Amino acid sequence: MKTFKIGGVHPHDNKLAAGRRFEPVPLPKEAIIQLNQHIGAPAVPVVEPGEEVKVGQLIAKANGFVSANIHSSVSGKVTKIDEIIDAWGAHQPAIFIEVEGDVWMPDIDISGKFKPTCNLSADEIKRKIADAGIVGLGGACFPTHVKLNPPKEHVIDTLIVNGVECEPYLTPNHRLMIEKGEEIMVGVQILMRALGVDTALIGIECNKRDAIEELERIAARKEGIRIVPLKMKYPQGGEKQLIQALTGREVKSGQLPSSTGVVVQNVATVFAVYEAVQLNKPLIEMYMSVCGKEMEQNGNFRARIGCSVNDVVNMIGGMPEVTGKIIAGGPMMGRAMIHLNTPVTKRTTGITFISQKSAPRFASSPCIRCGRCIQACPMGLEPYLLYKKALQKDWDFMEAHHIMDCMECGCCTFTCPSRQPLLDFVRLGKATVAANIRKRKS
Amino acid sequence: MNKLITPAPHIHSGDSVTKRMGYVILALLPAWGISIWQFGLGALAVTLISIASCVLFEFLIQRFLLKRPNSTGDLSAVVTGLLLAFNLPSNLPFWIVIIGALVAIGIGKMSFGGIGSNPFNPALVGRVFLLISFPAQMTSWPLAGQGFAHYMDAETGATPLAQLASQGLSPDLMDLLIGRIGGSLGEVSAIALLVGGLFLLATGTIRYYIPVSIMATVALFTGILHACGIGADPLTHLLTGGLLLGALFMATDYATSPMTKLGQVIYGIGIGIITVLIREFGIYPEGMSFAILLMNAVTPLLNHLTPKRFGGN
Repeated sequence: MKTFKIGGVHPHDNKLAAGRRFEPVPLPKEAIIQLNQHIGAPAVPVVEPGEEVKVGQLIAKANGFVSANIHSSVSGKVTKIDEIIDAWGAHQPAIFIEVEGDVWMPDIDISGKFKPTCNLSADEIKRKIADAGIVGLGGACFPTHVKLNPPKEHVIDTLIVNGVECEPYLTPNHRLMIEKGEEIMVGVQILMRALGVDTALIGIECNKRDAIEELERIAARKEGIRIVPLKMKYPQGGEKQLIQALTGREVKSGQLPSSTGVVVQNVATVFAVYEAVQLNKPLIEMYMSVCGKEMEQNGNFRARIGCSVNDVVNMIGGMPEVTGKIIAGGPMMGRAMIHLNTPVTKRTTGITFISQKSAPRFASSPCIRCGRCIQACPMGLEPYLLYKKALQKDWDFMEAHHIMDCMECGCCTFTCPSRQPLLDFVRLGKATVAANIRKRKS
Repeated sequence: MNKLITPAPHIHSGDSVTKRMGYVILALLPAWGISIWQFGLGALAVTLISIASCVLFEFLIQRFLLKRPNSTGDLSAVVTGLLLAFNLPSNLPFWIVIIGALVAIGIGKMSFGGIGSNPFNPALVGRVFLLISFPAQMTSWPLAGQGFAHYMDAETGATPLAQLASQGLSPDLMDLLIGRIGGSLGEVSAIALLVGGLFLLATGTIRYYIPVSIMATVALFTGILHACGIGADPLTHLLTGGLLLGALFMATDYATSPMTKLGQVIYGIGIGIITVLIREFGIYPEGMSFAILLMNAVTPLLNHLTPKRFGGN
């Protein structure tokens, strides 16, 4: 079975909710829709307080090249445009909507019928994707239409669909592939058309047998789409790692993935593309998992963007009493949250609870130079050395040792027998080096 | 109740230094068992004295000189004590063992700052110090299989390597495998050491680059010499003296060996070449200790060899 070549670790996958179907989360009383749900500049509101809006109506426009439209996920009245403090303590601009009924924009197809054929041109598809405000739903939230327009000199020959979901606990991609396999396959064909390629590879880790079988069954009827089962190894869902695992191509340091002739899209993004292009439905719903070893029940949910994360968690009995840490996303790359009173955004792929017992870090001891971090680093860096140099504030050394290649996957910290906070300091170095590079350029 | 906020990752593999050292201790137990079977009380006494002294010296130095928290719980001092004993004859007087432990832990390890900071393998620092300071006691080897109740009164004789060097006598293969030979107390049984080494490889405690490059180099080099009429055949070289103990357990010490694949291979080749040179052309019958210590000194340089980078040119 295929996998990437350098480094990687094997955390327990803990896919607790893998067998649970998506359940819809009831409409909230109030939706809080953030303007900053993507990489790039926040969107600019196009509605005024007091205005009535429908489900799927554009309420904020993309602002600049790397930005994305935002649509109302509910119908009702805009009450205010204000700031909220999100679950990480940051001030975020948001549109507040008081929910009344569930009235959808008339051009959105809500018949529930499956629409397999698409005759739009590449440009029309890309425009629809941009209009629908779709961003990469693997967690990075990079606007999808930008990714579908790679630099002219990059000749794209393959679409890669990321169904790896190597992050422990998370299961929304897995469930989507099982429950929405037909739609995802149409989405893949639409993206192949948009990119003008004949080949699509769907990479899925072998712990998702049922998803592999389901998609293989559908792919048998389609031209040019191949399902590739992958060996379980974290961080296989990393863009560069996945490209290497599937095609053997290696993205050179500092280059865009498209330089190797591929564009990678997450399966959840592909499903959103299906809905946008075939049903005219913008990105207003998120598919997410809620998991924790102490939960009485784990689940997968379909929630409108802007409803409270707390409402989603309450669907299965609320946060466990013994929770020590709440994580937005999974435990390897997710961010710890202060509380659950924060709206669902395009970044919300899952909520993971860690018990009070498991939440604290272990005490660290001196480095024994075992080289484990070097073996684990998927970028082939030397985390122990970068850590040491960060303590010495030797930023130039870190830059020369390619610290900007680090994607912060956390394999080094995860694997260190001395339990040193390697990635914390590598991050510090990365931020400083990035600032230095910007300073030099200006 | 406030929730804990820390940067990712939020889970850990559960690996620890104590676990690693525990695996090394487990891997050394078969060889120790053989040693007690062949050399009796002496093997038991020397090993226990060595371990106890190493742990005690580390504790005392941390407590009264460095004034740092007790670190003996990581078991690395136990490993040093075991390995030091494995490199000593089983009839070595207890006070010499204690001096060896003091040098190993005091000079070899703690004077550089303790675990992870020492440039040379502490057990070998102790052994080589004793070899130079007490050459007579350090080269009188008890004969194997004299019964249990012998320590300093054990009857002594030459090791296979010494016999080879002086009389050209080749040892019996079966004796080498099960350890029915004279020698340092932990180095005698090839099978026990290989079992322990395989355990270390299987648990991921060590990687194979260092042991394999050492053994391949020794086999190749002695093979060429043997074909030219110099010295013993490669198999005898691999199974005698401290070669397996050194290749599997001493050269693979984390702090004193290189961290990257390429560095480890070069380091292993270096140890192999120096060992054979000393064995065939030096005044000592065995050269493994010196070879490892010499290559330890090169390790900081070898650590400049960077790993293969993703997307590098």
